[in-house]
Amino acid sequence: MDLDELVLRFQKKDVIAFEKLYEMYWENICGVINTVVKDKFLAEEIAQDVFIKIWNKSDSYSPSKGRFFTWILNVARNAAIDKVRSKSFKDQQKNLSADFFVGILDRAETSDQPNNTQIDTSALKKLVLNLKDKCLQIIEMLYFRGYTQKEASHELDIPLGTVKTRNRSCISKLRENITLEWK
Amino acid sequence: MEVDNYIASGILELYVAGLLTEEENLEVHQNALQYPEIKNEIMAIEAAILELTQAIVPTYADRKGFDDVKVRIGERKDTKVVQMTRDEKSNLSSYIAWAAAILFGAGLVWFYVQNDQLKTNIEMVNQQNGVLEQQILDARGSLTETEALLSSLRDKNVSVTSLGGQEVSPDSYAKAYWNKEQNKVLIDAQGLPEPPDGMVYQVWSLKLDPLTPTSVGLLEDFDADENKVFTLNNPNESEAFAISLEPAGGSEGPTMEQIYTLGAVTSS
Repeated sequence: MDLDELVLRFQKKDVIAFEKLYEMYWENICGVINTVVKDKFLAEEIAQDVFIKIWNKSDSYSPSKGRFFTWILNVARNAAIDKVRSKSFKDQQKNLSADFFVGILDRAETSDQPNNTQIDTSALKKLVLNLKDKCLQIIEMLYFRGYTQKEASHELDIPLGTVKTRNRSCISKLRENITLEWK
Repeated sequence: MEVDNYIASGILELYVAGLLTEEENLEVHQNALQYPEIKNEIMAIEAAILELTQAIVPTYADRKGFDDVKVRIGERKDTKVVQMTRDEKSNLSSYIAWAAAILFGAGLVWFYVQNDQLKTNIEMVNQQNGVLEQQILDARGSLTETEALLSSLRDKNVSVTSLGGQEVSPDSYAKAYWNKEQNKVLIDAQGLPEPPDGMVYQVWSLKLDPLTPTSVGLLEDFDADENKVFTLNNPNESEAFAISLEPAGGSEGPTMEQIYTLGAVTSS
């Protein structure tokens, strides 16, 4: 069964299709949320909420609006960002800075504790091999934080048009690494 | 349309990131349907992002998994399991309530029976008490009688005369306690056999020289008398006492053959 059919059945409230989609995307969604909330238990909780949410508003998805994963990613980002902006979260004085992804490898290297960031960084290291910080930054902003091109250009202090191309080249590098890994 | 340039523009990466406008999204979607290269490129970009996000999954302590989601969307009946537990609870509590009610009812019956029995017991005890009280009263009465009897026997003015059995009844005996001051004589007739029907014992005071019998009285209701002690008036100067069996109502003079006991008064 291909993804389109799965999504269609999911939209018709087919729980089995939903479970397949859940298994397909749960880790990705949880990973994205964790980069924002930086708390694996909270990330897991929000990820569960995200799947409940997409089930309840499955009607609002349409392939013409984008990829199914993109749709979930968007819901997850919003949920995670809502959480970190919430009063209770701020009260816990969590780090709100958008540098989780960029610093993750440095922190892992300096501390000699692979799990201090609550992720296993070995796979990540291979993936982001040769990717510069500016790549990691722009990927985090665009994919995990939902920054608009304008916001990203402002944040990174680069021309608006450069955001698109830089992102393109960074993703290409990532794809190269993946291809290398597969070989 | 130059597909390569379109791909190189980086719009597809933004498409996967979900950062395009609605029109742009629709445009990319339609292009993807039209050009397989575009669709493949999109898939490849998405795969890269999936790979990346896969690599930043936290290490988990507790994965609730899809079951949790199922419960929460109401597809799994686990939520109702909670309700069922409630039902079970209420069932259990209703069982407990019934059991309690039955126990209570049984308890009431038991108490009622117990109470009834106790009442009966109390009645019985009361009756027994009555009987005992009567017995005590009787005993007191008989004690008083006995004491009176004893004191009358102990009186210093009393002379005691033993009456021995005669021919008609050699085993018979009796005693006469005569109080000359009070002119009374107590006859203890315990040693006499019960008189036959229609007959009665008659007590005689005798003067010996010449032999003159004077009737002192009858031992009436001999059978009914418990202590067989009879008090009679005796104003006579008695020298001896005799008891004879006479027809009911007594006789003028003693029937000599029917004298049961006889004894002379010893002068003190």
